[in-house]
Amino acid sequence: MNSMTSVANAQQSSEGTSSRVHQFKLGNGLDVLVIPDHRAPVVTHMVWYRVGAADEPHGTSGIAHFLEHLMFKGTDKIASGEFSKIIARNGGQDNAFTSQDATVYHQRVAKDRLPIVMEMEADRMRNLKLAKKEVLTERDVILEERRSRVDNDPSSILSEQMMATLYSSHPYGTPVIGWEHEMAQLSREDALSFYKRFYAPNNAILIVAGDVTPQQVKKLATKIYGPIKREYSVGVRARVKEPAPAAPRRVTLKDPRTGKATFNRLYHAPSYITAEPGEAEALDLMMKILAGGSTSRLYNRLVVDDKIATSVGGWYSGNGRDYGRIGLYAIAAGKNSLTDVETALDKILREFVKKGATAKELERSKNAYIAEYVYGVDSQSTLARRYGWALVVGGSVKDVEEWPKRLEKVTLEDIKRVAKKYLLEKSSVTGLLMPGEKKPKTLTKAEKKQGKRG
Amino acid sequence: MPKRHKSPASAGATTSPFSLALTLVLVLTGFFYMIKNNRATAISAQNTDAPMSLSSSTKPSEKYADRIQQVVSPGGIKAWLVEDHSIPLMAMQFGFKGGAAQDPKGKEGLADFLTAMLDEGAGDIGSKEFQAQLDEYAIRIDFDASRDAFDGNLQTLTRNRDKAVELMSLALNKPRFGKNALERMRGQLLTSLKFAAKDPNKIASRTWFKTAYGDHPYARSVKGSQASIKSITSKDLETYRRNIFAKDTLKIGVVGDITASDLAIILDKIFGDLTEKSDLKTIPEVTKITGPTRKVITMDNPQSVAVFGHQGIKREDKDFIPAYVLNYILGGGGFASRLMTEVREKRGLAYSVYSYLYPLDHGGLFLGGVATKNDALEKSLDVITSELKRLAEKGPSAIELENAKRYLTGSYPLRFDTSSKIASQLLWIQMDDLGLDYIDTRNQNVENVTHQQIKEVAKRLIHPDQLIITIVGNPTDKKS
Repeated sequence: MNSMTSVANAQQSSEGTSSRVHQFKLGNGLDVLVIPDHRAPVVTHMVWYRVGAADEPHGTSGIAHFLEHLMFKGTDKIASGEFSKIIARNGGQDNAFTSQDATVYHQRVAKDRLPIVMEMEADRMRNLKLAKKEVLTERDVILEERRSRVDNDPSSILSEQMMATLYSSHPYGTPVIGWEHEMAQLSREDALSFYKRFYAPNNAILIVAGDVTPQQVKKLATKIYGPIKREYSVGVRARVKEPAPAAPRRVTLKDPRTGKATFNRLYHAPSYITAEPGEAEALDLMMKILAGGSTSRLYNRLVVDDKIATSVGGWYSGNGRDYGRIGLYAIAAGKNSLTDVETALDKILREFVKKGATAKELERSKNAYIAEYVYGVDSQSTLARRYGWALVVGGSVKDVEEWPKRLEKVTLEDIKRVAKKYLLEKSSVTGLLMPGEKKPKTLTKAEKKQGKRG
Repeated sequence: MPKRHKSPASAGATTSPFSLALTLVLVLTGFFYMIKNNRATAISAQNTDAPMSLSSSTKPSEKYADRIQQVVSPGGIKAWLVEDHSIPLMAMQFGFKGGAAQDPKGKEGLADFLTAMLDEGAGDIGSKEFQAQLDEYAIRIDFDASRDAFDGNLQTLTRNRDKAVELMSLALNKPRFGKNALERMRGQLLTSLKFAAKDPNKIASRTWFKTAYGDHPYARSVKGSQASIKSITSKDLETYRRNIFAKDTLKIGVVGDITASDLAIILDKIFGDLTEKSDLKTIPEVTKITGPTRKVITMDNPQSVAVFGHQGIKREDKDFIPAYVLNYILGGGGFASRLMTEVREKRGLAYSVYSYLYPLDHGGLFLGGVATKNDALEKSLDVITSELKRLAEKGPSAIELENAKRYLTGSYPLRFDTSSKIASQLLWIQMDDLGLDYIDTRNQNVENVTHQQIKEVAKRLIHPDQLIITIVGNPTDKKS
């Protein structure tokens, strides 16, 4: 098939680009990655901390993300609230994000401003200053953020409940934003103690992508980040293990704010870093074949042919440090019930587990992913994130760059094997979202204290 | 591509193994831009350089316009091209004047429906096969309809370019609008509308436009209604396509691994068979929106969402650049905007608060939004209103203006760092008729804004006593 060769050839040239990635470590343990891209005179500067919501002390859910907000306050050199303003005055854009496994600060600036953002990021790695009042005000901000993202949106509430059900013991079951009652109690001390434990050069990865050379970055990073002392007591990421799943679970949410009845499903799966060799690649391809876009098995059967659903899709999430996940969703069409949708969908899954994919499906899904990899080379921030996600959970540059090759090697047998191993009823959580009649229950004060998980 | 639904409970859907499920990632702010303020610090004081040139070349005199080739095909189709052979990709963006404002009465959502139908089968290729070929050759095609324009986007690997051109040409010139595909997309659009009907942000915004524009075409939702989507036929789609897809309003921007001579051939293949002249209904100018008005739509949510705004100015207005700088200072600039500082940073009343200029072709708007827990929404709105008042009366300070200029000029190159972003710039500079030298003169135009001028523009633009405010939620505190 000529399209296959085409994609593979494009891939070769992109590897020419990727091989320009340079990696080194400073004396204080800071990992540095440089991704040159000289097409525009701009750089992306990121610091990835190997800490996320899953590393929070029990009972302080949301502290990783809260600290991320507080990092924009001040230090001895930067007046409170000035961080982003200084970046802006330099024509830069900055932001940050928190996940279960990583907390990331990033700026995009003209290349001649790189030393300035480096100085500022290095400064707040160890020198954050927090006033009690600004901490309390910012806590109101994250509570508003929770209302916007979760409480105002029934599908997010269901999603949060499904995750809490999928992970009965492991911290991935606790939302990154935090449970409301715990967020409301977070203190300046909680933030600072978390900060001191985890924010240090030997727990961070610096990624610079853009119009720079590795030599320039090495010189700058050594001068600016180099003097920061290694922290010998950096928190160990010891996380409890999830027990082996024993029974399928179901979560049903009836909420009048629901637009249309929706079926959702999650399955336990390994992540790239925890899977047996080749399994994660096979899971990615399997989910593309089954549920990725409008050429997928489920879309063709449920939406196009049988008209049971108006839409259907799914994904494999393989970035986690400890676990991955498979997800599926479908929205019922016309008068079909969620039971009709679930029955039809499960039938297709059983058939897939038994017979696997076709050679054509496998080839097409490989092409799509490899092309996506090449498309990613067009954007320095996409590239920086691609490497960041891999490195922050313990992966390597090689893992990223050899991904297309490993993907090519996946066989029909591999797909069948992972389908059989991971599309297991007993390791699933099914979530149903329905436009219920009743008003959503508002929590009483006592219930809030007890916590929503109850 | 037009498959409308991300699962509500799986916003985490991810297609790349190296991008984390989005549900798990919380971003500090929804907006990327930040700004100003006056205290110089040890670090920022190091820097007062002039804004840099867009070019990575060391010659400061080199103009970006010199890199843009104006390609004209044998058939007379024109495009702007920036050649870049470093990555084997091509990005093309094109647009026609028209958009959802051209939807006939009772057929609201027609343009949007068309965006979903163009890649659902064309020429001899049925819907399933069309989608399969896009997938197989990793070709990205998508379409979008705004109120004033209909635009398309094509991305392909160099080696699959012929196939990409063939499919795009079929999609534009010979879409099938087959019965099954039509009903399938109709089902998705109707489902999407059901979700929108319960989404506080979308309700607030729809209500705002309805309130502001009355029976003007801009009052209507780009996505239509249950009734209008149900009434749309394949004939309606075809009529819209013939009226709008025409050479006289077509603009094209292309970036990447293609030469001017190769592009010329492609242009004729994709666009050569379009009709010469579009058939556009005249859209009345809106020079005055009547406020103040306030509407509350009660919804049992813990947080109320508000959209506020009034008459703004058009892109072609002589004050557009100063107004743009002004809005950056007020609410367009992320963390350090006045609204962000007063509502979020000082008072913790919201996670997100912003304002923006929405320069429609037939009348501009000034718009903004905020979301606050029910018992403090009025407080948020009070703070916002008094900030608007303060800005209208006194204008921004000289330091705020200076800081805004530094951000706006210094960050301009960040809009040119991927092929599709450059293609998008090339397209919209043409759509807005800003001229080939716009990229090279834009920063100087920002620099030229004077303190006196921006104060006058603040007075002209900002009118807190004329705000139309739509609120969705259950606000319980008192309006002061």
